[in-house]
Amino acid sequence: MDIPDKDLLSPGHRGCAGCGASIAVKLALNALGENTVAISATGCLEVMTTPYPETAWEVPFIHVAFENSGAVASGVEAALRIQGKDDVNVVAFGGDGGTVDIGLQSLSGAMERGHNLTYICYDNEAYMNTGIQRSGATPFGATTTTSPKGVASFGEDKPKKDMPMIMAAHGIPYVATASIAYPEDFVNKVKKAAAVKGPAYIHLQQPCTTGWGFDSSRTIELGRLAVETGSWILYEIENGEFKITFTPEERKPVTEYLSQQKRFRHLEEEQISKIQKFVDAQCAELGL
Amino acid sequence: MVTIGCVIKTPGSSKNNKTGSWRTFKPILDKEKCIDCDNCIIFCPDSSVNKQHDINYDYCKGCGICAHECPSDAIEMVKE
Repeated sequence: MDIPDKDLLSPGHRGCAGCGASIAVKLALNALGENTVAISATGCLEVMTTPYPETAWEVPFIHVAFENSGAVASGVEAALRIQGKDDVNVVAFGGDGGTVDIGLQSLSGAMERGHNLTYICYDNEAYMNTGIQRSGATPFGATTTTSPKGVASFGEDKPKKDMPMIMAAHGIPYVATASIAYPEDFVNKVKKAAAVKGPAYIHLQQPCTTGWGFDSSRTIELGRLAVETGSWILYEIENGEFKITFTPEERKPVTEYLSQQKRFRHLEEEQISKIQKFVDAQCAELGL
Repeated sequence: MVTIGCVIKTPGSSKNNKTGSWRTFKPILDKEKCIDCDNCIIFCPDSSVNKQHDINYDYCKGCGICAHECPSDAIEMVKE
């Protein structure tokens, strides 16, 4: 992989030790290069990288609100286009909360209108910045502060919203899933997304040491386990054509992924087998 | 004074904040064992490993990802 002389996300940011979001954004910006404008929804990323009056960003960056990164990115893209600056990459980042819940309407609008931009959802599967509340992207069985495990509940009782397929249903030219544990795959997808004329959407799974409950050194390992167990499937949909981009040699049982995280450690056999069945069904559906 | 629109005019000014002070464990690289796979550079959340694999202790938070992802066990985490 090409290693740049200088990263476009500077250190000194306030991300937790072992933060996956900063790895994600660093890799994405390095793939896009300096000629990029970045937009961010409210979330971990915005809070940790822009503690006023400092910023970690080495490219122009704009944050407005939780719900409107899609709309702001649309405006930035339109403003650049009207000035004839067609060669600038416009990239918007949103966490899972800012993407699958709060920002869904403005993102849907941006996609439907056909703006030439790349949207990257860094999905850590809950609202981590505000204290680990569930989001639409929280997987079945995970305990969060608003879906807590206890006598009356085993945690989140709904499956994860299938956001990449919702984006694909917009008929946009490029949709992909990715993981920070597979950086070459992710970087290739970011480059493809940027090269596409029109909207592109990448849904990146990003393990969170704080919210998932694992040692800070294991962020990448957990991402790898998600993919190796089929809990997170790497694919892309290019002009409607679906393709798996990584197939594990042998799919591991989901327990190998679940048992490594505090958020799943309370689960009993019944829920684990339910999760295994769900993962098996999804792998069968997508052809993994 | 707060700027209009809270505009921050200095890119990368977070470098003023030396996050190395967060560290409990310090990664020590044995360059003899290094096989140049660059995992420690690619996966560092704090851009604290340069192309020559020198670790920047001003910003390294001691997360230990570099040591964990090193295929040749060239990085050891040592208590500060």
